[in-house]
Amino acid sequence: MDVTEVLLPGVGLRYEFTNHEGERIAVVAERTGDFELVVYTGRDPDESRPVVRFNSEEADAVAEILGAPRIAERFADLTKEVPGLLAAQVEVRSASPYAGEPLGRTRARTRTGASIVAIVRGEDVIAPPMPDEVLQAGDVLVVIGTREGIADVDEIIQG
Amino acid sequence: MHTPAALLLELGLILTALSVLGGVARRLSLSPIPLYLLAGLAVGEGGVAPVPAAGEFVETGAAIGVVLLLLTLGLQFSLPEFTAGLRQHMPSAVVDLVLNAAPGAVTGWLLGFDGLGILALAGATYVSSSGIIARLLADLRRLGNRETPAILSVLVMEDIVMAAYLPLLAVLAAGGPWWQALLGTVAAVGAVLAAFTASYRWGHHLGRLLSHPDAEQLLLRVLGLTLIVAALAEVVHASAAVGAFLVGLSLTGETADRARAVLSPLRDLFAAIFFLGIGLSVDPEELVPFLPAACGLAAVTAVTKVVTGRYAASRDRVGRRGQLRAGTALIARGEFSLVIIGLVGTMHGGLAPLVTAYVFVLAVVGPLLTHLAGALPRGPDRAAAETVRPPHP
Repeated sequence: MDVTEVLLPGVGLRYEFTNHEGERIAVVAERTGDFELVVYTGRDPDESRPVVRFNSEEADAVAEILGAPRIAERFADLTKEVPGLLAAQVEVRSASPYAGEPLGRTRARTRTGASIVAIVRGEDVIAPPMPDEVLQAGDVLVVIGTREGIADVDEIIQG
Repeated sequence: MHTPAALLLELGLILTALSVLGGVARRLSLSPIPLYLLAGLAVGEGGVAPVPAAGEFVETGAAIGVVLLLLTLGLQFSLPEFTAGLRQHMPSAVVDLVLNAAPGAVTGWLLGFDGLGILALAGATYVSSSGIIARLLADLRRLGNRETPAILSVLVMEDIVMAAYLPLLAVLAAGGPWWQALLGTVAAVGAVLAAFTASYRWGHHLGRLLSHPDAEQLLLRVLGLTLIVAALAEVVHASAAVGAFLVGLSLTGETADRARAVLSPLRDLFAAIFFLGIGLSVDPEELVPFLPAACGLAAVTAVTKVVTGRYAASRDRVGRRGQLRAGTALIARGEFSLVIIGLVGTMHGGLAPLVTAYVFVLAVVGPLLTHLAGALPRGPDRAAAETVRPPHP
């Protein structure tokens, strides 16, 4: 998919693309952190029709909804090809003993056999994560392994 | 400490009145600036409700208002955006300058102003109000429109022209022999270039020096530095406004974003006082004889801005309706035309009332016209636009 980036001097950026149904869509990212989703209805090709506005917090939530499951899904597709292997998401809660600790300190793979293949942090995806990557509360770990392995990782992370 | 009750009361009444007026204007999605000017006229000398006690405060507040307006303008400036705009819209900027400065210059000449008066009036008709227009585009939800980048690029270009123009005007207004004016201008333009270089080479150092996680600390630091630089600039006759603009330019990145956020309520307050102060400094009786000239000039320069906007939008291959939206959006004049008047001062009989009336007309008419242009029926233009326009990349 081609995304065209357009500068809006003093305001922010606009990302334009056409979806599979041929609808022309743009996301206006304002410097204030607000986002606006618009579509071009086609009667006047230059006029946008505003659809929704998000403040930065809402935009984060939407990004997470759209982003995190897709990452897990992609790994889920991968695991389908290997019987017995599953992908799951494990959230690092603020109460977790490993929030603020490097990933390596969990020794998850050594202890469970399951692998942490990605960390979803807000809009960012860290894949593959390095052992010195410091976990933060709210991170979602994408874990691949057997059912027991994943359960063990969850137990370790939640403490 | 003696609390001046009269001052507090007058100021409170003024701010309350401004908030009511601003609320009305916003409801009609108009700029509150013209109403602030009217309020200033009403409370000034010869007005209906004079405020003797608050006059001095308004004068001081107005000076701070100019500084904050220019500081935030500098803060939102970004070199990559400017160079991108320059690449695509250099011809638009030239068209903008020629078409819109000329009517002001000619009018100034016809009215018998001297060189400085002509230059000031040319500047006042040239510069659109980036404040009004940016707000207008957001309010009308046009940020997604295809013509919007062209409008914003023209505005950025105007801002940078102002960076060279304001010091020139300030030095000329300070008087003195020609070589002093020349020297002052060279110094001022040199300072702008130096600020640019500094901000993109060492901007992060300045940012680190000023930035602080605490919003209050950040506010005090940025404001303190700005006022000091503004005062120094004023001492060398380069205008406090220019000094503030330089500080804004040299702050970049996250510090600039945060500084803008913490400063914006303060800016809104003092900018309102500045507009009030401009109205206050004009005698309503002086204004009346200039009304015909102001309206005529407004009509001419509204047309020239429409031409400018249409040209700029057509460079981005925008269709006819979009071109018209862009042209009408650019009509509004506002804060900078008034800053120019503030710089040249009241020593030019006629200039301040003329420009005040002029800004008043266009700050009202501009937003209204672009509102209407957006509501135009999508006529036969639609087919034409779709066949002419190549598909967007």
